[in-house]
Amino acid sequence: MTATALLPPRSFQEIILRLQSYWAAQGCAILQPYDMEVGAGTFHPATTLRSLGTKPWAAAYVQPSRRPTDGRYGENPNRLQHYYQYQVIIKPSPPNLQELYLGSLKAIGLDPTLHDIRFVEDDWESPTLGAWGLGWEIWCDGMEVSQFTYFQQVGGHDCRPVSGELTYGLERLAMYVLGIDHVMTMPFNDPQSPIALTYGDIFLQTEEEYSRHNFDGADTAQLLRHFEDAEAECQRLLDFPPDDPKSGKRIIMAHPAYDQTIKASHLFNLLDARGVISVTERQAYIGRVRALAKKCADAFRLTEAGKDAVETSTGVTP
Amino acid sequence: MPDLLIELFSEEIPARMQAKAREDLKKLVTDGLVEAGLTYASAGVFSTPRRLTLSIDGLSPESRPVREERKGPRADAPPAALEGFLRSTGLTLDQLERREDKKGGVTLFAILEKPGRKAPEIIAEVLESTIRTFPWPKSMRWGSGSLRWVRPLHSILCILVDEAGVQIIPLSVDGIRSTNTTEGHRFLSPNRFPVTSFDDYAIKLKRAHVVLDSAEREAAIWQGAQNLAFAAGWHVVEDKALLTEVAGLVEWPVPLMGRIGEEFLHLPPEVLQTSMREHQKFFSVKNPRTGRIEGFITVANTETADHGATILKGNQKVLSARLSDARFFWEKDLRVAREGMTEWLDGLKAVTFHNKLGSQHARIERIATLAQQIAHLVDADPALAKQAAEVAKADLRSAMVGEFPELQGLMGKYYAKAAGLPEAVANAARDHYSPLGPTDTVPSDPVSVAVALADKIDTLTGFWAIDEKPTGSKDPFALRRAALGVIRLVLNNKLRIDLRAIRISADAAFPESIMSGEQVAEGSKPGDDSLLSFFHDRLKVFLKDQGIRHDLIDACLAMPGNDDLTLLVKRADALAAFLKTEDGPNLLQGFKRANTILSQAEQKDGVEYSYGADIKFAETPEERDLFLKLDMAEATIAPAVANEDFNAAMWAMSALRAPIDAFFNAVQINTDNAIVRRNRLNLLHRIRAICGGVADLTKIEG
Repeated sequence: MTATALLPPRSFQEIILRLQSYWAAQGCAILQPYDMEVGAGTFHPATTLRSLGTKPWAAAYVQPSRRPTDGRYGENPNRLQHYYQYQVIIKPSPPNLQELYLGSLKAIGLDPTLHDIRFVEDDWESPTLGAWGLGWEIWCDGMEVSQFTYFQQVGGHDCRPVSGELTYGLERLAMYVLGIDHVMTMPFNDPQSPIALTYGDIFLQTEEEYSRHNFDGADTAQLLRHFEDAEAECQRLLDFPPDDPKSGKRIIMAHPAYDQTIKASHLFNLLDARGVISVTERQAYIGRVRALAKKCADAFRLTEAGKDAVETSTGVTP
Repeated sequence: MPDLLIELFSEEIPARMQAKAREDLKKLVTDGLVEAGLTYASAGVFSTPRRLTLSIDGLSPESRPVREERKGPRADAPPAALEGFLRSTGLTLDQLERREDKKGGVTLFAILEKPGRKAPEIIAEVLESTIRTFPWPKSMRWGSGSLRWVRPLHSILCILVDEAGVQIIPLSVDGIRSTNTTEGHRFLSPNRFPVTSFDDYAIKLKRAHVVLDSAEREAAIWQGAQNLAFAAGWHVVEDKALLTEVAGLVEWPVPLMGRIGEEFLHLPPEVLQTSMREHQKFFSVKNPRTGRIEGFITVANTETADHGATILKGNQKVLSARLSDARFFWEKDLRVAREGMTEWLDGLKAVTFHNKLGSQHARIERIATLAQQIAHLVDADPALAKQAAEVAKADLRSAMVGEFPELQGLMGKYYAKAAGLPEAVANAARDHYSPLGPTDTVPSDPVSVAVALADKIDTLTGFWAIDEKPTGSKDPFALRRAALGVIRLVLNNKLRIDLRAIRISADAAFPESIMSGEQVAEGSKPGDDSLLSFFHDRLKVFLKDQGIRHDLIDACLAMPGNDDLTLLVKRADALAAFLKTEDGPNLLQGFKRANTILSQAEQKDGVEYSYGADIKFAETPEERDLFLKLDMAEATIAPAVANEDFNAAMWAMSALRAPIDAFFNAVQINTDNAIVRRNRLNLLHRIRAICGGVADLTKIEG
């Protein structure tokens, strides 16, 4: 641990940077956010798709996440329709994952000898991804600061080996570490900077704009059409024969198809926020997205990155 | 005798699973050891969030050799039979013993000798199989392994201790090898250390900041919490379930007390309590001077240099955020309530109760009609009952109940009051879901009783109509609970209600499409008694728990008016009390004897002997005495039964025991004299009729 880690962080971005360097030091590939609208870091193909198959994997990234129904026009102290998650995914889950996680808390200034850190049962399930796992929410002094999950199934496929997934709700965690009561007043960069910016300086206006958009602005007829389009497109891409005549290679378009799943999922969230989906229809929509996610998972399992390594008689992976 | 110590050390085990896991571990291991031929003196089992521990004292060092003799086929049996026997015993033909049997043939016998086995070998086998088959309600895999456990299993401690010393029982499960070591508290004493016995283990754990016994942790939490509260002149609100849960979340409990912000103290105490318990696992602390909940106790899992100041501050902050939400809901809800709750009532039109039974709104209208109709049966004001039923479920649309579903009803009471509705209406909103089980409080306020009954009867008749009856262990709509609720409402309030008639009123409230359409199930046509039978079944279960046998209830069910549960139970109580007296079983025997003889004669002769016996044909003093005693008993029993004083009726019947016994001893029923015989049979009929005034005694077993 470097000396700076012992000093408390002073800004939102410093917490992110410390998590980045901590997980980089643990050997994770530090990825960038996925360039699509998603509801949570789990949707990033680096988690959903890469948790399938036997190939070892270790990645960490920040993922901007959108939950249209959570929009509060920037007025609620900790509810946002756009926020950041920090995501760590390691396959197979290492035996010391809990210790690694606790190390990351230390790195951002939560010293377990001063705080009360607890692992409280919380099973995770994503009906839209056809995924579930067991684990905990992690409490720091009674506050939920992360989600810790051992993936058991994704896209309807058993996870073998099992991936360990950590998700930090960055705003909430940072507000706790920095002692901030309203997210909009949280220093984004160093408050001593010549141009000091708060979270509100950057996001208050967008929260207002998107809240209005999510609740009133979005064109529901168009959203419905887009949903249907994404669903059809996903299927169309998966229906291509695997052999590509141009390159002469076998190319299954699992990722482009999965992009359409992500799209459908976000469109469903927007429709939900607009209040045009009834309780009974809701289940049907979730089922349609799940069907897409499963098909993409099936396709990914046939690709190089997603297939099971074939063990030879000597046990060495070729 | 050696002692065995086992510890399964894992990542955090959910608190709610620990109690059952303890019992399962103990049962699986001790059963396995005993089955393999070992004995033990005692076993103790413990859990913390990170470990399950089993300590077995006085284990036998080895199992006894077992000699088993198994009889096989005859020597001349077909080869297939012989082969089968050899296969099942694992022996060869020349290893079998040949014995001559009584018929002069030869039968083959296998002598199976199982040598005694050493305890360590058995323990290793039993523990491995226990780990691999452990019945966690939910289990998982981790890493690259295939073993399933509730959360990743990290180490197995397994030692056998005797005079010679400590021995590690070697075993390996999915790459986890047994050792003689364990770990202390995750943060306070994270090092691994070896142990030499259970006592050594418990002492070293405590030094390493782990209290092994959950009962000890519970006691420490409760004591610590009370001490903190007393020091402030407050007291902790008891919550046994929370105490158990919290004890399952910590290895080293450290209670800390804080104050609830002034701005939240006006919230209903149940809201404070629920919010704190559900979200934060805090105990509530009451200030006896104000009668309000003003403080909280949180239980940390660690000691800190600042004596928990940082922890408490953090918890306080989280609580404030939670209670700000609760206050926001409360204030928002109060505005709707003060406007008469119309927004919620309209909203319930959009909420489906069940897709075949319509919306919550439609259901409420039915319940209101029914509550109004049955109000007079429970001494309630019909208008109030109707009004209460109309608003009783309004709170389902409130923000607070949306957040805390367990506050349904209770918030209804607060909001009904805020809406300016009468006290009885507000109470009915709170109480109409009750009773929810065999032991909780039964409403007694007439308006509450009317709505509670109507609510449950509507549920039962509705699901009966669409043929969604409970089957086996499946009862997704909690209909058994609803029926038990009706039973307890009726019995506790001594209500005289004709369930068949109410069912008809309730059925009438459903639209034609449900009640007469094709979806009406076979068993729910008018006149069908399957719902009444369902009530009777639930009543039997309920009364059985109170020590009344099912055959006594059957005896009472055979009587008229059996849809009047209060009457039914009056009969059953009197009958049960009577059978506990000395005369009871004897009279029953006399009755049964009379009944058997009479029934046989009636069957044989093809007539019913109910003509009326005449004392002038009586031949013996015993016979004449029975005539007299029957006259006397009848004179008491008939009015007692009419007044439903079944105890008096049974008491009068008990006076018949001696004369009946004497009668049977003195006379023979089936004499050659046809007139005397007929007269005696007619006399037996009188016994049967008189003794059947309270219950059908033929249904009673024994």
